[in-house]
Amino acid sequence: MNALTPFAGALPLAAEAASRPPLGGAAIRFEAVSKRFPASRAATEVTALDDVTLDVAPGSITGIIGRSGAGKSTLLRTINGLDRPSGGKVLVDGTDVGLLDSAGLRALRREIGMIFQHFALLSSRTVFDNIALPLELAGTPRAEIASRVDELIDLVGLADKRGRYPAELSGGQKQRVGIARALATRPRVLLSDEATSALDPETTRSILALLKRINAVTGVTVVLITHEMHVIKEICDRVAVIEAGRIIETGDVYEVFARPRAETTRSFVASVTGAALPEAFAARLTPHRQGARQTVLRIVFTGDNATAPVISRLSRSLDVDVTVIAGQVDAIGGRPFGNLTVAVPARQDVVEAVVALVTSHGLQAEVLGHVA
Amino acid sequence: MSPEIVRLMLEALGQTLYMVAAAGLTGTALGLPLGVFLATSGRGELFQAVALNRALGLVVNATRSTPFIILVVAIIPFTRLVAGTSIGTTAAIVPLTVAATPFIARIIEAAIREVDPGLIEASRAMGATPLQIVRKVLLPEALPAIVLGLTLTAVSLIGYSAMVGAVGGGGLGDLGIRFGYQRFMPEVMAAVVLVLIALVQAVQSLGDRIARRVNKRLRDA
Repeated sequence: MNALTPFAGALPLAAEAASRPPLGGAAIRFEAVSKRFPASRAATEVTALDDVTLDVAPGSITGIIGRSGAGKSTLLRTINGLDRPSGGKVLVDGTDVGLLDSAGLRALRREIGMIFQHFALLSSRTVFDNIALPLELAGTPRAEIASRVDELIDLVGLADKRGRYPAELSGGQKQRVGIARALATRPRVLLSDEATSALDPETTRSILALLKRINAVTGVTVVLITHEMHVIKEICDRVAVIEAGRIIETGDVYEVFARPRAETTRSFVASVTGAALPEAFAARLTPHRQGARQTVLRIVFTGDNATAPVISRLSRSLDVDVTVIAGQVDAIGGRPFGNLTVAVPARQDVVEAVVALVTSHGLQAEVLGHVA
Repeated sequence: MSPEIVRLMLEALGQTLYMVAAAGLTGTALGLPLGVFLATSGRGELFQAVALNRALGLVVNATRSTPFIILVVAIIPFTRLVAGTSIGTTAAIVPLTVAATPFIARIIEAAIREVDPGLIEASRAMGATPLQIVRKVLLPEALPAIVLGLTLTAVSLIGYSAMVGAVGGGGLGDLGIRFGYQRFMPEVMAAVVLVLIALVQAVQSLGDRIARRVNKRLRDA
């Protein structure tokens, strides 16, 4: 099973996306959403969400990243009403989720697919019957269920597993069933709750590629939560960073990678861009120039200038010895993005000249510290 | 053993099977909804009804803590109301059912509580009604545990049925007591015990086999 599985279901899904009326404004809007879990015998009161305001554009893949306990799961669950906010409101296609009665909420949930970290497949049902479940719940006629499920099985590349039970599938295959099931009722929104956190890196990539392809073809709005920045890097258009129940940073994924502002965002970005220094080296860094032999700089390559030959120019035009310490070149959203940590002689004039030259190429340079 | 004794043994076996089957089926019909309710009516659950849940739990516990032989005698008026008489094999089905129902309810409750809560959440996210969750998710997922639990109930009922001789219920246990013990015929006692052992073995293997068949969780991929 890999990302190259032929995309058999493309045509019917594309037709279905085209027949849908265009959505104006945000697909999902959080307005000052807060959620407090009252104190219990086991715990004191917990504020899971604190005044969260966020728009999710229709057709986008929006990632919400945070560490465990940051509130991302609660935020996701307010979208389909699994959790009710204590304050503020959540609008899905303009509908206030909090105002729906239970029948209205069930109707909304059929418009919102959801996939789970541990797949949540019924062990007693085959692949086919698991995918059929949401259609059965909606009272879809049997013949219609059969043709829709077969279409979805092809879409996720599991045609040979149609009659198998979840216990006979690998993790990646189970998540493909979960994705097919989530799409069965042709939802407008797909929620992903750490969908790849239980998978190995290669399977993660193929599942992310599948999600991206489904988004591209059906136009379904994807909201995913994760604690792994590479998931954001891999498929998201927009990212929101959540910490202690608050959105601390939000924006276009490329912008956030290029210019992370909050400390937490920086560390998330560093975890995947090669901006993190080797530990033994980081320990030797000091903020003091006195007695230091070298100054350590980070150069961030972004946009059109990402491929500028700045290192060779540094050594040629400034006659400076440049030591490369860490680095990585990558693509984010199809645009080149690089991160290079270098050491140059620790002299004020040299460092200033290096920064000036790097900046003149449209790149960013930042002094991280000095080493003896 | 004389042909007469063999005839009595066959008759007693028939009575035991009749009582156990009738009480097991009726007990399941009553205990299944009760067990589902007990498993889903706690705080924050599908059919939240905390007070009723507690009240039913108390009744179930009270019934289960009454020794069976006392239960048989204590509910004689009720037995007469339901069966028209308080004596005989058919009448004995009433106390057996009264004992089996709370037992089965607790077994169903335990089986349902073992179902991964993530599945309930996933079905809610799919827009399932609480009843749909019970029918399409909880019961099918709990089925292997339910089958094993019902097997356990059948075995217990075979044991209980030995006591209904006290109200003229007949059956294998009664035969063993009346002939083997009271008439000093140890070979009858031994034969009854052997038949009971074989019966319990058969019921248990059948239950195990069905449980394995409906369990799709542990398969060789």
